[in-house]
Amino acid sequence: MSGYRDEDPRINGIRTKIRVVPNFPKPGIMFQDITTLLLDPKAFKDTIDLFVERYKGKNISVVAGIEARGFIFGPPIALAIGAKFVPMRKPKKLPGKVISQDYTLEYGRDRLEMHVGAVDVGDRALVVDDLIATGGTLCAAMDLLERVGAEVVECACVIELPELKGRERLNGKPLHVLLEYHPDA
Amino acid sequence: MSACTNEDPRILGIKTKIRVVPNFPKPGIMFQDITTLLLDPKAFKDTIDLFVERYKGKNISVVAGVEARGFIFGPPIALAIGAKFVPLRKPKKLPGKVISQDYILEYGRDCLEMHVGAVQPGERALVVDDLIATGGTLCAAMDLLERVGAEVVECACVIELPELKGRERLNGKPLYVLVEYY
Repeated sequence: MSGYRDEDPRINGIRTKIRVVPNFPKPGIMFQDITTLLLDPKAFKDTIDLFVERYKGKNISVVAGIEARGFIFGPPIALAIGAKFVPMRKPKKLPGKVISQDYTLEYGRDRLEMHVGAVDVGDRALVVDDLIATGGTLCAAMDLLERVGAEVVECACVIELPELKGRERLNGKPLHVLLEYHPDA
Repeated sequence: MSACTNEDPRILGIKTKIRVVPNFPKPGIMFQDITTLLLDPKAFKDTIDLFVERYKGKNISVVAGVEARGFIFGPPIALAIGAKFVPLRKPKKLPGKVISQDYILEYGRDCLEMHVGAVQPGERALVVDDLIATGGTLCAAMDLLERVGAEVVECACVIELPELKGRERLNGKPLYVLVEYY
C-alpha cells in the first residue's frame, strides 16, 4: 500500500492491519481482507473515527451501507454522526417493499435493493463500503438513493484499488478512502 | 410485543420501531424487521447503549456477529467495550483459512464459518445477532467459539421469539434480549 507525507498518523496503523489474500475468490485476485483490521480494537476505532471526523456536523441524514462488509463500517459511523442507517442488500433479503438496481461488478453481475420509504427526498446521504474496485456496486447504491430523491454527498471506503478506475465510474461524485492498494507497491 | 414492569424506559421506544412483516420469507412467518429501528438514530443508539451498559467492564475480548444483521449490532458494541469484532459468515465468504459448523435453522439448513486465528483460547466472547428463533444459528456460533477454546459469556439479541424455545437450545448459556415477540 502506498504512503503519503502529511497522512494522518492513524492511517499507517490501519494499513498494516489489512491482510491481502492471493487468489480469492478466484485466481489473480488479491483480496483485501479487512477482518484482521476488526481484530484490533484501536485500529478499528481509528478507522471509524477518521470517517466520523470528516462527516460530523455536515448535516448527513443517511448512511447507506452495502451488504455485507458495509454493514460493519456504516452503522458505527451513522451512530456517531446521528444519521439513520440504511442497509443496501442482495435480492430477496429485505422483507418490505423494495426498489432494485442491477449492476455489473468486478467478478460477476448482481442486484442491490433498498426499502421503499427508508430514504426521503432531500436526505443527504453517504454510501459506505469496505472497498471500491470497479465502482459498480457503489454506482448501484448511488442510483438507488438518487432515484428516491436523496443527494449523495460522498462515497466512503476503507480501501481503493485505483488501477480498476472505480473513482471515474462515480459520475463525478466525490470518493473518500483511507488507503489505496497498488499491486506492485 | 410484551412489556415488562421495571423495564428500562428505552425499551418501549425500541419495541415500537420494529416492523413485523407477515408471510416473509414464506407463508406463516411473521418476520421481525429491524431495519425500521435503524432509521431512528435515537432508538438505534439506545439499542446499542443497552448492550454496552451490560457488557462494559466485564473483560469481554471478542464480540462475534452472525452475518448479516449481526454485523449491524455487533461492531458498535465491540467498539464501545474495546473488544475485537469477529464476523461469523455463510460459506465461502471469508478469504482465509476457516473452521465450519453446520446447523439447522428455522427455515432450512446452513453452515457458519469463522477465520482460524481470529479467536484465541481463553478469550471471553459474546455472540450477537438481531434475533433468536430456534437458536440453531446461535448454537453454531457458540460451537465455533468453544471449539477454539473461547468462553462464551452470553448470547445477546435484540429480539427473542420465546415460543420457538431457542433459549433452551443454548446448552445453559445465558441469553440476553431486549424484546420478546409473541
